[in-house]
Amino acid sequence: MAELDTSGGGHKKGPGVKKGKKLSTRVDLTPMVDLGFLLITFFIFTTTMSQPTALKLLLPDDKVKPDEQNKAKESGALTILMGADNHIYYYEGQLKPDASNFLSASYNGENSIRDVILKKKAYVRSISTDPNDPEHDLVIVIKPGQNCNYKNVIDILDEMSINVVKKFALVDVFDIEQQLIDKSDATATPSSN
Amino acid sequence: MGRAKLPRKSTAIDMTAMCDVAFLLLSFFILTTKFKPSEAIAVTTPSSVSSKVAPNKDFVLVTIDKDGKVFLTIDDKQKREQVANSMNTTKNLGIDVAKFKAASFIGSSFSGLNSFLSISEENRKGDLLPGIPVKDTSNNELTVWMQAVNEAYAGMKMDLLLKGDNLSKYPSFKGVLTAFKKNNIQKFQMVTNPENAPAGSELYKKSMNGEKQEN
Repeated sequence: MAELDTSGGGHKKGPGVKKGKKLSTRVDLTPMVDLGFLLITFFIFTTTMSQPTALKLLLPDDKVKPDEQNKAKESGALTILMGADNHIYYYEGQLKPDASNFLSASYNGENSIRDVILKKKAYVRSISTDPNDPEHDLVIVIKPGQNCNYKNVIDILDEMSINVVKKFALVDVFDIEQQLIDKSDATATPSSN
Repeated sequence: MGRAKLPRKSTAIDMTAMCDVAFLLLSFFILTTKFKPSEAIAVTTPSSVSSKVAPNKDFVLVTIDKDGKVFLTIDDKQKREQVANSMNTTKNLGIDVAKFKAASFIGSSFSGLNSFLSISEENRKGDLLPGIPVKDTSNNELTVWMQAVNEAYAGMKMDLLLKGDNLSKYPSFKGVLTAFKKNNIQKFQMVTNPENAPAGSELYKKSMNGEKQEN
C-alpha cells in the first residue's frame, strides 16, 4: 500500500544509458504510527481544559454606623460610574454641583479608565506625606449604574487588581449620578468594549 | 524424505493500516473534544486576571443568566436535603424533598416551586424558567434561600460562587449582593475565564518579578 510503482511505466532507456540503482520507496511508517498514538493520548488526557478561575470580592458591612465608617480623603478619592452601552464616567473627589468634573472615559483604547486610575495613583503618590505607604489615601469608589451589565462590573473590579489598587468599594449609585449617567448615555455614541 | 523448503518471509510488517487506524482515532478525538460540557443554564462568563482556580465540588453557586434571571445550585446533595427541610418548616412550602434533592438547580419563585420540580431534569432549561425573584427589594426570595443555605453550612466553610453572564444587567447582580449582605455573607468568589494581565501594567510587572497574586 505504501509503495509506489516505480517500474518505469513504458519508458525504455536505450542500451547505452546506465541504469541508476533502484532505491526502495518503501517508507517505514512505525514512527508515524508512534506519533499518531502519542497525539491520541494527548487529546484523551486534555479533554478538560480551560478551568474557570474565581475572582474574590469582599463586600462592605452595611450595618456599620456612618460615623464608624472609613472616611475617604477627597484628594485621594476617584469615583467610577458605569452606564449603558459600555459607557464609563468618572470624577475625582466630590461631584461638583454643576457636574463640571463629571468626565467620560472608555474601557480600553483612547482615554482609557486604566490611564485615569494610573494618573490618580501617581497624583496620590506625589502629594503623599507617608513614605511607607504612599498610596494610603487612594480610594476608588465603583458605582455601577442601573443599565450597565455584569461584564462592566467585573472589568472594573479586574482593573483594580491589574492596577493593584488596594482600597476600592462597590457602592450604589446616587439618584443625581444616575441622572447624569442617563443624560450622558443619551448623547454619547455607543462604544464597543 | 525431502522436505519442501519454505521460502523465507520478510518480517517487515506493513504499517500503513495501523497508521490509518491511528490517525482515524486521532481525528475522532480531535473532533469530539468538548472543552466545556453543555449546561442547563447558558452563561458566558467575563474574563479576569485572577489565577485562582474555582472550586468544582461542594460549592454553592448562584447563576445570573443573560436575561438577569437568577438560579441557585447546591452541589452537595446532603445539604440540598437540609435546605429543603428547613424551607419546608420555615416557609411551609411543601417541597417534595426527594425531587428537590434530585434537581441540579433551583430556578423559580416559591409559588412556582412545585411545578418547577415536576418538570423533568432534561427539560429544565434556564431560558424557559422564571428564575428566583431578586430584583424586588421587598420580595428578594434569594435572601430566604441563602438563609437556609447558611444554616445548612453553619460552622462549615462554604464555597460561595457567583457566575454571571456578560450581558446581564447590574440590578440582578445587585439583588444577589443584597441577598448575600442580608445574610452576613461578605465573602464570595466570582467565576471568570482566565486572562493574562495586560503587558506593561503593574500586575504584569509584579508577575514578571515572580510575585504571587494575593487572593
